[in-house]
Amino acid sequence: MTAALAVPPPDMPNPARLPAGPALLAAIVAVNLLGFVAPVLNLLRLSFLKVEAIGTLRQTFDLSSWHAILTDGFYAGLLADSVLTCTLITGLTLVLSYPVALLIHRCRGTVRTLLLVMVVTPLLTSAVVRTYGWVALLYDQGLVNGVLMALGMSAPLRLMFNTVGVVIGLTEILMPYMILSLLAGFGRLDPRCEEAAQTLGAPPWRIFLRVVLPLTLPGIALGCLLTFVLALSSFITPKLLGGGRVFLLATEIYDQAMVTLNWPLAAALSIVILAMFGLALVLYGRLVRRIG
Amino acid sequence: MDERKVSAALILLAVPLLAFLLAPVLITIPISFSADPYLSFPPSGWSTRWYRAAFSGGAVLDAFATSVVLAVIVTTLSLLIALPAAVALVRLRWGWVSALEGFLTAPLLLPAIVLGLAILIVFAPLGLLATFPGLVAAHLVVTLPYALRILSTALAAAPLAAEEAAATLGASPLRVFWRVTLPAIRPGLAASAALCFLVSFDEVVISLFLTGPRLSTLPVWMFHHVENEADPLVAAVSVLLIALTVAIVLVVDRTAGLSRTFVK
Repeated sequence: MTAALAVPPPDMPNPARLPAGPALLAAIVAVNLLGFVAPVLNLLRLSFLKVEAIGTLRQTFDLSSWHAILTDGFYAGLLADSVLTCTLITGLTLVLSYPVALLIHRCRGTVRTLLLVMVVTPLLTSAVVRTYGWVALLYDQGLVNGVLMALGMSAPLRLMFNTVGVVIGLTEILMPYMILSLLAGFGRLDPRCEEAAQTLGAPPWRIFLRVVLPLTLPGIALGCLLTFVLALSSFITPKLLGGGRVFLLATEIYDQAMVTLNWPLAAALSIVILAMFGLALVLYGRLVRRIG
Repeated sequence: MDERKVSAALILLAVPLLAFLLAPVLITIPISFSADPYLSFPPSGWSTRWYRAAFSGGAVLDAFATSVVLAVIVTTLSLLIALPAAVALVRLRWGWVSALEGFLTAPLLLPAIVLGLAILIVFAPLGLLATFPGLVAAHLVVTLPYALRILSTALAAAPLAAEEAAATLGASPLRVFWRVTLPAIRPGLAASAALCFLVSFDEVVISLFLTGPRLSTLPVWMFHHVENEADPLVAAVSVLLIALTVAIVLVVDRTAGLSRTFVK
């Protein structure tokens, strides 16, 4: 297929060939309005309502959920913990993903496909399965502690039901997203620049710092945005590896919605997560403009 | 692009990282063959007792059946709804097409925990909680954007000239679509079907809000099982799920291409 055929010309084809354009879109727009727009708007409305008894809502304007979030120290701590933990996870994910992405970028043919399968398969594997794998690795009788005990440790390390477990698990679970974002940004990495630096006598670490790293900054920014946002909204891994002892925004939303049945508070916390998303996007936009 | 040199240092650095990435997936395989009644590594003996336990009926099989039927229905509906929409978006070059496309793929930007809660609150008064139609509707919200995106890409790459030739020769629009367009986008159809199936089959966060004791999907059952006990039963189920995932990754690679679908 030639390039000329691949892209339809802008004025093609005429509406006569597609008499029912809006009708073709009706179903998908309906699903989107009923399953996405209406529920999200309703969430915003609900955060300003009041819980009477458990599970019942009073349809009166009420600021108690927002009051609790803004004044209760527990929620300030929750927010700070969430942001700190997710920033740590993002940094670790970047450091661990970069070499893998660079390797994939430099490989071709079967090796590249094989490496991509190794990255995409975990991405598409259920988060429950991968978290279960981490339970098997980090458990007191798990693989990691088994190795440590064989090496002479007297008691197993507590790697689960605490923040350590959540950080390890989420870092691994988010690596594929980071690797794919980095790869997308590596398009700008022209091997001739590296060769030129090498010819001019730069040592490898210097080529990396002065040529490779600056050229891949846009990919790094995109990957960090995506990883941070996904870490902040992750629920399965913090819930299972945290064992109810690690409190993050997403796990709190679930507990308020399904255990305490305080829907307005859960709704308000959801809006907080969305606001954090917006903030991360703004920071990303500024960063990208700075990088150019 | 010709062969480029990959330094040994990079390979040495990347291989342990790939091992870290694959470790939790790979460890489920030996554990699924454990003979122990609880989770431990290495297992003290080997058996297929946990596979037999998984297939011996009860909650696992019920949840598995629910997930398969749900994923099949959601995939079928996704293609039926997204294909006409993709045709309209790609072929009608309206000025506001990109805005509309952004609007239609927006559910993917929303965290599942927020979307799940939002849908729970709207579905509860409608009596859709812990019902099959409720799960289908909720899954459609997340599978449709994937289907729309892949099908739009496939349609944009389909040869327009062939369609025009067929139309000039007197074929009706429907016939052109059926005989020219559809065969041209077959790889895209296969890829979007595979992804929709997997997204629905693996969906857990939104489903957690919409399932109950009477109706559970396989990932929700697994979540509750891991939450409450540590035994190798989930490992046996996981190995079967991983096999399914690898099969679907290969389908996507053969049809739409891994690089083109996941590296933009």
